[in-house]
Amino acid sequence: MTATADSHHQTAPEWPRLIWVGLITTMLLFGAFHLYAIAQPLFGAILLALAAGFAIIFGANRFYGARFIFPGIAAVLIFIAFPVIYTIYIGFTNYSSFNLLTYERTVEVLTSRGSVDPATEQPFAVARDGNGYRIWLPDSGLLSETVKLDGEQSVSLSPADEPAELLARRDAIGLRSGLQVLTLTTPEGVIIQNAGLRTFATVTPDYVQISPNILTKSDGTILTADHAKGFFIDAAGEQVPPGWRVNIGWSNFERVFQSEGIRRPMVRIFIWTFIFATASVVLTFALGLTLAVILQWPHLRLKAAYRILLILPYAVPAFISILVFKGLFNQNFGEINLILEALFGIRPNWFTDGNLARAMILVVNTWLGYPYMMLLAMGFLQGVPEDHKKAAALEGAGALRVFFTITLPQIIPPFLPLLIASFAFNFNNMVLIFLLTRGLPDIPGTVIPAGETDILASFTYRLAFDNAGQQFGLAGAITLLIFFVVAVISYANFVAMRRAAQRQTGR
Amino acid sequence: MIVERPRDLFIKKCAAHGFMLIFLALILFPFFMVLSISFREGNFSVGSLIPQNPTLEHWYLAFGFDYTRADGTVVEPPYPVMLWMWNSIKIGLIAGLGVLAIATISAYAFSRIRIKGKGAMLDGLFLIQMFPTTLALVAIYAIFDALGEVSPMLGLNSHFALILIYLAGVTLHIWTIKGYFDSIDTALDKAAAIDGATPWQTFRFIFLPLAVPIMSVVFVLAFIGFINDYPIASVLIRSESQMTLAVGSRLYLNEFKYLWGDFAAAAILSGLPITIVFLIAQRYLVSGLSDGAVKG
Repeated sequence: MTATADSHHQTAPEWPRLIWVGLITTMLLFGAFHLYAIAQPLFGAILLALAAGFAIIFGANRFYGARFIFPGIAAVLIFIAFPVIYTIYIGFTNYSSFNLLTYERTVEVLTSRGSVDPATEQPFAVARDGNGYRIWLPDSGLLSETVKLDGEQSVSLSPADEPAELLARRDAIGLRSGLQVLTLTTPEGVIIQNAGLRTFATVTPDYVQISPNILTKSDGTILTADHAKGFFIDAAGEQVPPGWRVNIGWSNFERVFQSEGIRRPMVRIFIWTFIFATASVVLTFALGLTLAVILQWPHLRLKAAYRILLILPYAVPAFISILVFKGLFNQNFGEINLILEALFGIRPNWFTDGNLARAMILVVNTWLGYPYMMLLAMGFLQGVPEDHKKAAALEGAGALRVFFTITLPQIIPPFLPLLIASFAFNFNNMVLIFLLTRGLPDIPGTVIPAGETDILASFTYRLAFDNAGQQFGLAGAITLLIFFVVAVISYANFVAMRRAAQRQTGR
Repeated sequence: MIVERPRDLFIKKCAAHGFMLIFLALILFPFFMVLSISFREGNFSVGSLIPQNPTLEHWYLAFGFDYTRADGTVVEPPYPVMLWMWNSIKIGLIAGLGVLAIATISAYAFSRIRIKGKGAMLDGLFLIQMFPTTLALVAIYAIFDALGEVSPMLGLNSHFALILIYLAGVTLHIWTIKGYFDSIDTALDKAAAIDGATPWQTFRFIFLPLAVPIMSVVFVLAFIGFINDYPIASVLIRSESQMTLAVGSRLYLNEFKYLWGDFAAAAILSGLPITIVFLIAQRYLVSGLSDGAVKG
């Protein structure tokens, strides 16, 4: 409050700072240009905006105050806000393993394909010659001119004797990238190319680009670029892979809401996500609060020891404890089933039965989460005035009644924002689902990978990154739906926190 | 609570201790099991809590040494646990320091410097921090896939890229440190301003030294958060030598190559240091958690 942006006294010379600002801005601009050059104009624009913001805020003295928050705001905008918006954008595209590339790369891939003429195929060997290499074709007795093999090159062949020393096959394979772009011309004028690790042959390109949007196939078929679908199609409408990324409007959302094979599992996953998050919060809160109340009891000894042992599950890295549980619950040789079989003669199918898997997830998550709630509850319980409780006890209220009428109402309001945050955390608690069950067992009869224990976040992760066709577009569309839910939770938390803060200052 | 008969009190005490002990036995069961499993022979074998033929095989492998069994066969470590640990610690330290620097400076500005639209920015930060980075994984993958064409250092499979994206975790920490700065008496910076200090000098020479305790808490929190991250690292890091502990550990319990015993030893080895750091820090950490959340 005291220091204002314009009242500071600049004593150090200006120029070292300006040089630094200039240097960094230049670097950022170079990066932006490079991104634009490789057909990523969007990322280029982001970097350009970053460079401009940086130059203005650190260059002009007017924005002295803003310099302090620039790094934080830039980090949040670039690494949270932009990915969120970009995910939504991807939801409107057909980005997937079938439509992975940009249009330019797709054309490149198609035109670089070729068919090998078996009649001309012959083995080759490489001989070193000074700084360069010569290609030796033993079947036709031809030797090439010396060539450097460091880029696209074309040399001619002439009859010669076999070179004295030929490179070992392994060394020749090491030169592959240079060999692949080399074309050789025989004395008869036939052009031959590298056609695999061991041979050279006449290679006719499968596709030739004759205009920006039209390719001709070697058999004469004409392919036109369909920029609505992101594929080249022939006259019959048949698509030729690979495709490229295009904007497909609301198609992904239509699929989500109209395709029975997607909608049905998604509704189930949606309901389970809510049940999971709610149950996790309720269970951890109830258990944590109970333990905190017991630890708070003045007559209890060994409190410090109990406390440290009770928070151990919170202290151990979650990814380790989740994997430990995965092993312990293992159906065939996990220790939990061994004990259950010895005691009761049962071996529950923790991983193949949907309901048992869900129960297991809740048990593990309660184990992971109760210490956090306990620690928070211990803090808040100290804030409850002792004389309120005493007064109630004097009126004849039992311990339980005192707890529910005096203690609980006083700790719930400050606890609420933290409970909502915990709900939001569990709503997207992908690590737990992913490391424990990976969403399995699968829901039968779906067209996409969807499991009985999947929550929305793990479901989209599997759509995008498991071997299910990398459906980034569809995953983006579903993520947008999750964003809506998270936005509501986030706003609720905001309101709850405002109230808690007001209550605190009002008291 | 007020006056209790000694007999009732005694029964209550017994009940409380009894409950605690049974509960602790249940809760700590996984830890005892893992300890026992790490000394058992083989990767599938079953046995009692105290192994009959204790072996150090899994521990040798976890430390990255070959182990020679009694019958002369040499077992090689299945995965480079120590390398993963080093990767995790390296990434956690650098990203933690980065987050700490950004969060401290931003928190100071939000607490003391008059900037237009500060209130709106703070509210925006609060709303935005509820969106976990894990939700934007598809975009993050696409972004770094594209950036990799500019420089492999920025692309997939790079630690630098992972550290960059971890910097997004500053929001919550800005709030925590800001809460602390808000509690510092404004007389201090007024005095500094009268003596002619620029806001930067006030920050550097007055606030920074005062903030060391809260900064260490934030650093430990951020560090542990990064070590524990699985989703982002699993999307960005693909090759075994670049993996962090969280991504790599999963390989042990693959359905086709189930290394239960090796995992147990590796889990204790890698989990123990983090657990100890956490237990030392937790006392300060809890007050930071609840304060930072409630202070407006």
